[in-house]
Amino acid sequence: MSGAEWSLALSVFLACAVEAVEAYTIVLAIARTRKASSALAGTGAALAVLAVAAAALGPALTSLPIGVLRLVVGGLLLVFGLQWLRKAILRAAGAKALHDEEAIYAEQAAEAAEAPVSAEGLDRYAFAICFKAVALEGLEVLVIVLTFGANQHDVGLAAIAAAAAILAVLGLGLAVRAPLARVPENTMKFAVGVMLCAFGAFWGAEGAGASWPGGEASLPFLVAFLALISLALVRYVRGARPPVPVPASPASRAEA
Amino acid sequence: MTALPRAVWEFVVGDDWLLALGVVITLGITALLAAADLAAWWVGPVLIPVFLLASIRRALGPRR
Repeated sequence: MSGAEWSLALSVFLACAVEAVEAYTIVLAIARTRKASSALAGTGAALAVLAVAAAALGPALTSLPIGVLRLVVGGLLLVFGLQWLRKAILRAAGAKALHDEEAIYAEQAAEAAEAPVSAEGLDRYAFAICFKAVALEGLEVLVIVLTFGANQHDVGLAAIAAAAAILAVLGLGLAVRAPLARVPENTMKFAVGVMLCAFGAFWGAEGAGASWPGGEASLPFLVAFLALISLALVRYVRGARPPVPVPASPASRAEA
Repeated sequence: MTALPRAVWEFVVGDDWLLALGVVITLGITALLAAADLAAWWVGPVLIPVFLLASIRRALGPRR
């Protein structure tokens, strides 16, 4: 595989793993406090919807002219990447609470335990919460997989990386049977944010008609440059604001 | 009726609209320079950190 393909696979793997960890926490909390079958049904339904969306959006994206595709995809990746990076920088600097999977699990389980359960049939609460969690976390991953894959003409590689991340998270989840609190989510988000911004800037500029010195060879320099800028911003924020206390608040969970 | 546009807005724009606007401005200036046959690759590496810094300063709020 080329360097660009490795970068694609790594970015998709990390992005997908982060979202999968977040979705796993919610599904686990619901499955343990409500009807597990309904939680799994909601998860399955969301995955089915995402699969249909992928089947519809994938061919539509790849049929776009390459210039338009790179401009649109570059813009989207830049917007997503900057949002990820902003949160990761604020969290790394202590200006925003870290994403605490154990706290989120406890809160989600407490809320689920209070909602009424129907004795028979589908537990609508469990179904709806799990469907929403998996669909929302999965949608961003779907966009990243499709845009990366379409631009590199390798949707298959992006899909394999995404599937590997989901299987890795599921495997870890089955092994520990608890929230995956020790996964370094913020570090992963930081890395993904840098990669998304670098690829977004590269493809967006090419789509807008610019040519990069050295073509794809400039990508590693762009990644390194944005990583250094981001680390400098972490130092800047640390100096500008006192750290916020842990654990994560409900508001920070909602923003994750 | 407003739920879908709002969901799309929140999904694409996220926490801070300034970053989305920054991306539009960055790619717009890049396109203008490229159309004029001028070097345009540098616009992103220059403007992206500027907009990221501006967004982070907004998140930090006013300094005491």
